[in-house]
Amino acid sequence: MKFVDILQQWSRPLRDKGVMGLNERNISYINRYNSRHLYPRVDDKLKTKLLAERYRINTPELLGVIRSHGEIKRLAEVQPAQGGFAIKPSKGSGGKGILVIQQHDGERYQKASGEWIDRSRVERHLSNLISGLYSLGGSPDVAIIERLINFDPAYSDFTFEGVPDIRVIVFKGYPVMAMMRLSTKSSDGKANLHQGAIGVGLDLASGKATRAVQHDRPVMEHPDTGQALSELIIPDWQHLLTLAASCYDMAGLGYLGADLVLDKDYGPQLLELNARPGLAIQLANGCGLKPRLALVESLDEETPDRPDAADRVAWAQKQFSTPEVAFELPVATV
Amino acid sequence: MKPEQIHAKRPKSLLKWIIVFLLVAGTAYTLYRHYIHGIAWWPDTRQELWDVEARVEFDATGGPVHVKLALPASQPGFILQSEHTASPGYGLGFDEGRQRYADWTLRNGQGSQLLYYRAQFRVDPQRRIPQLGEPPEIRPVVWSTPLKTAAAQLLASAYQVSSDPFSFARALAQRLQNPDNQNARLLLSELSPVEAMLRLLNQADFHAREVHGLRLEDGRRRQPVQSLVQVFSGNEWRLFDPSSSQPSATTSGSDAKVPLLLWEQLGGPVLEVVGGKNSSVTFSMLKTSEPATASSNTRMASDALLSLSIHSLPIAEQSVFKTLLLLPLGALIVVALRVLVGLKTSGTFMPVLIALAFLQMSILTGLITFLLVVGAGLLLRQTLANLNLLLVARVSAVIVCVVGLVSLFSVLSFHLDIESGLKMTFFPMIILAWTIERMSILWEEEGPHEVLVQGFGSLMTATLAWAAMDLSVMRYWMFNFLGLQLIVLALILMLGSYTGYRLSELRRFAPLRNND
Ligand SMILES: Nc1ncnc2c1ncn2[C@@H]1O[C@H](COP(=O)(O)OP(=O)(O)O)[C@@H](O)[C@H]1O
Ligand SMILES: [Mg+2]
Repeated sequence: MKFVDILQQWSRPLRDKGVMGLNERNISYINRYNSRHLYPRVDDKLKTKLLAERYRINTPELLGVIRSHGEIKRLAEVQPAQGGFAIKPSKGSGGKGILVIQQHDGERYQKASGEWIDRSRVERHLSNLISGLYSLGGSPDVAIIERLINFDPAYSDFTFEGVPDIRVIVFKGYPVMAMMRLSTKSSDGKANLHQGAIGVGLDLASGKATRAVQHDRPVMEHPDTGQALSELIIPDWQHLLTLAASCYDMAGLGYLGADLVLDKDYGPQLLELNARPGLAIQLANGCGLKPRLALVESLDEETPDRPDAADRVAWAQKQFSTPEVAFELPVATV
Repeated sequence: MKPEQIHAKRPKSLLKWIIVFLLVAGTAYTLYRHYIHGIAWWPDTRQELWDVEARVEFDATGGPVHVKLALPASQPGFILQSEHTASPGYGLGFDEGRQRYADWTLRNGQGSQLLYYRAQFRVDPQRRIPQLGEPPEIRPVVWSTPLKTAAAQLLASAYQVSSDPFSFARALAQRLQNPDNQNARLLLSELSPVEAMLRLLNQADFHAREVHGLRLEDGRRRQPVQSLVQVFSGNEWRLFDPSSSQPSATTSGSDAKVPLLLWEQLGGPVLEVVGGKNSSVTFSMLKTSEPATASSNTRMASDALLSLSIHSLPIAEQSVFKTLLLLPLGALIVVALRVLVGLKTSGTFMPVLIALAFLQMSILTGLITFLLVVGAGLLLRQTLANLNLLLVARVSAVIVCVVGLVSLFSVLSFHLDIESGLKMTFFPMIILAWTIERMSILWEEEGPHEVLVQGFGSLMTATLAWAAMDLSVMRYWMFNFLGLQLIVLALILMLGSYTGYRLSELRRFAPLRNND
């Protein structure tokens, strides 16, 4: 019975803190609150984008769609005369098949890494994308051409190459937890946590960093730039949370992960939605999701008339603020 | 406005009732099988039964048809318990002489014909049946000059290590089976193994003759009849198979690893067909074990539940079910490992299919060949990746490569004398191809570490599923107590609603445990 004791000893503190596991997420939240027929709205980025435009939710401007091999030549009409753009597979995931172009002269294109490539390379990329190289199960796909997101250079020390994004878990329209994902050298410029990106927990009340993890273990500073992560503060925070909360009205999914980015000129923008958001956000914030979800669930009976996104954000910011800052403790010991 | 509240509460209690119902029904039927049908809780090796089915096929040429099939009788080691035939439209007679025959006759036969004969034998470890049939005459033996010395040396070496006719015959059979024995190779270059053994025995003044029999291996289908050597010693006889590649299988009765059953004892044809062409007879066999009290008659009772059960199907179909009924067990293990442990596998049920293949070979050869095929497949797939193909075409190309690889390994292992390599064809090729495709994509996208993690998880799951399905007790239970299938289903449903942590998450979320 030793083994059972150890299991008890390990799982009780997690349960006490309300940490949610995958089984519970799948059964009690995704199965219960996310209807299957709404999945295409978030699994297909083009659908999400068109829907967002209808609901007046800010997203990087859609410059055009390339649907077939015959349309690849239309890239010249679609691409902006000046400045950058991004090519994305509509049904891609995990950063696959995304080509970010910083600038171009019509013949040569500069990638985010600074490397210059020929137009033929871009056209081949489009052809692969349309054939389904990057989509789930290899089904044919369409290419989305959207405006380049310009990340505020003031924050460039927090990330390596890629544009960092902010993940907000929205439950029944209430933002319940948030983190920022910073790409690193080991994550290859991608903001995917399992590839080695950093997850920074964010206080819902202030938008300040609370703690950070890489590979599920705490870190203090960005490994490539040396920037202390505790100094991270998201500007325009309230506005960003409201944008995330209004995604619920648009997608209809009760349990939702909204990925947003901060544009230097246009402010918070919706990048994509996720019907099965991961659980690493709990590690980045150092606390469990369940107490917050339970609080929102209990709320439902009390307020039958639906508050709007701004009201929901105000409520959530009051309930879910993180007063203590975990960064201070370890920093003091160094 | 949102449908979410509607199905929030109800499924939980409905699920609970379904689980309770499945558990009650499963337990009840299991108890019913035990107390009413008298199926023992534990496989009782002393009351083993062999069901053997002969399937006669031929094309009738349009006139009168006469089919004569040799039939087995009780013999030392096996007692004939019951026999049935299925031959719609045919007249049937039995010819009970020194050798038993079934005679099927038909006035006017047309087209392809199918006749069945099915016998059930009880294994009798005491060999209580006395000998039957007289020992044959000893024929004078003349060897050609080159064979003479080889035969003499074989006889001398076998004589050295034996004490009676049976041990002498076993020693001879072992030498004839041994591919490294030069003398035996020389004899077999001119004679069949059975003929060579007969001559050797006759030269040493032992009574022996050629007969026809079956190697009894559980669950085998479409097996041919084999030539065997029947050796006499006073009142007793035993069967030997000098051509077998498994050296331990040389005696009849339950003490041998693969028992031999005597089917035809005059050395004549097993099947004669007049009025038909393309005739063939093949055999299926199935081992069951039941208490002596449950005779075949009670099994055939006109019980509605029983006559609907799997046990009333023809043997060939039953042996398919023997494997099929193990699948739920494999599925249960996959679910348990996923939900309770959080093991990552490549493809959810791929490990069960791999485990099924492992059942056909030994686990070690299974694991080694799996790693070989997948490893080589990954290298080949790498070359294909450069050709920039569409997914369907690429996977199809991988399938062709996998089939080629498996053939190559089979041929290689045959020539290296690794017999189990030939069983590689049991691997599900399409699944292997998909595994290779998925692994190589994983390699490109997430790196070799993730491939190792998922590969290890898959093999771990496959091995555990194999271990559960390979237990002879499990096989016995799952086949004889169909109520257990309902209990397995209930367990799967229970696991499907488990909301606790996975074992892997206890480690993953460990940092959340210690702070404050
Ligand atoms: N318009 C854009 N401008 C600049 N970078 C972008 C743009 N769109 C996406 N990216 C980069 O690609 C990453 C993945 O984009 P996302 O839309 O989340 O796709 P995925 O579903 O593959 O994760 C983002 O985190 C960002 O770094
Ligand atoms: Mg993303």
